[in-house]
Amino acid sequence: MGDWYTKVKAEFILNFVEDNRWKYLVTGLGNTLKITLAAVLLGIVIGTLVAIVRSTWDQNADRMRPGAGKSLLHIADMICKIYLTVIRGTPVVVQLMIMFYIIFATSRNGVGVAMLAFGVNSGAYVAELIRGGIMAIDKGQLEAGRSLGFDYVQTMRFIIVPQALKNVLPALANEFIVLLKETSVAGYVAVTDLTKGGDIIRGRTFSAFMPLIVVALIYLVMVVFFTWLVGKLERRLRSSDH
Amino acid sequence: MTTDVLIQVTGLQKHFKGAQQSADGKIRALDGVSAQIHRGEVVVVIGPSGSGKSTFLRCLNLLELPTGGQILFDGADITDKNCNINLHRQKMGMVFQHFNLFPHMTILKNMTIAPMQLLHKSKEEAEKTAMELLSRVGLADRTNAYPSQLSGGQKQRVAIVRALAMQPEVMLFDEPTSALDPEMVGEVLEVMKELADSGMTMVVVTHEMGFAREVADRVLFMADGKLIEEGTPDEIFSHPKSPRLQDFLAKVL
Repeated sequence: MGDWYTKVKAEFILNFVEDNRWKYLVTGLGNTLKITLAAVLLGIVIGTLVAIVRSTWDQNADRMRPGAGKSLLHIADMICKIYLTVIRGTPVVVQLMIMFYIIFATSRNGVGVAMLAFGVNSGAYVAELIRGGIMAIDKGQLEAGRSLGFDYVQTMRFIIVPQALKNVLPALANEFIVLLKETSVAGYVAVTDLTKGGDIIRGRTFSAFMPLIVVALIYLVMVVFFTWLVGKLERRLRSSDH
Repeated sequence: MTTDVLIQVTGLQKHFKGAQQSADGKIRALDGVSAQIHRGEVVVVIGPSGSGKSTFLRCLNLLELPTGGQILFDGADITDKNCNINLHRQKMGMVFQHFNLFPHMTILKNMTIAPMQLLHKSKEEAEKTAMELLSRVGLADRTNAYPSQLSGGQKQRVAIVRALAMQPEVMLFDEPTSALDPEMVGEVLEVMKELADSGMTMVVVTHEMGFAREVADRVLFMADGKLIEEGTPDEIFSHPKSPRLQDFLAKVL
């Protein structure tokens, strides 16, 4: 027992205390949270726009009069469909590397590129989520908005989208949790995220167990915490359900 | 009551594609309906279900796009595709069977959002109008409630004054009492009666024959997508001419 304790203590000191190696984890955790938060926000913005285009086309295409507006919407819908297919049909690591090594080859800002790559990726999944939320809103809401004199865009903005977002809010919070783990591949483009931070320590100390287990624990604690928060949010929303 | 025409409907048609209802595979929800709504008049549309009366009403503000015919509102052809229907809809209030209040907004916000966004009224001005209207229907104390906290009758009264807040020239009612519990029908009809007395132009689709008889200036009877008979309540209810109307009245009265 005493022997085991001494060993763990030595490992701990070697991996985290010596040379202030714990700082890799703090920097990494900071970057992980930064990337995740920016990506989830960007994903919601992209996702909402794509969802509006897609649901507008789906619900109105056969009722619209032919003309420039209809053609433009059709083109926008096709672009959205291509975006969804490409993003959901390729691995996020590949998308990240294409962003870093091809599209932004001249940029050294790995964190920025990672925010963008994960945001664009998340947008595709969020879009389908929000589209479901929009389609679930009672048709009478659109009719009530239009009958007051709101045009289609105003009705979406003031009446449909706020309700849809509220309904899918727990799912969006879940997307944050998913992203938190997904960003662990950011190390591929030289970003020191939490995973990479642990891996750097492993490279320095040639001791894998301690840094990797601690990294895993930090992820686990965050995920459990945010899952608990989402559960609370869900209950709150249900009780205030109007 | 003045006699100038506010809404002129000529040969209105609405065909739905799909089921095998007629030889050419179309459902004729409206089959050439012509009618006039005069300013200040209360017109009640009655008829069996499936007669096209709701479709007729929903065509008046283009919630349904007619497949043929013409609607002139205040002299403007709103069926013309270059017409900006949003501007005309501001002057045509509509009340729905299922209220369609905005569930994510308080009653006050429900009342003020359209006047503020569309008529560019200030918040104070819009809220003042909203409070006056809400007091008129006895709901001034519920301004901060959400729609889910109101009864059906209260919701419908809010829906009526929400439409009135846009200061419309005509109010369209699509079976406003059909989704209400029986004990709440009265309070909504009472509000509609007061509105009629104040001189508002109203087009009402309803199954409330008592309301039609008491409040209507004119009654339209529709069946099978056609306008079968029209006249004063006395003519329609006491001296029906067409067999379809006699048959209908025998069933509902």
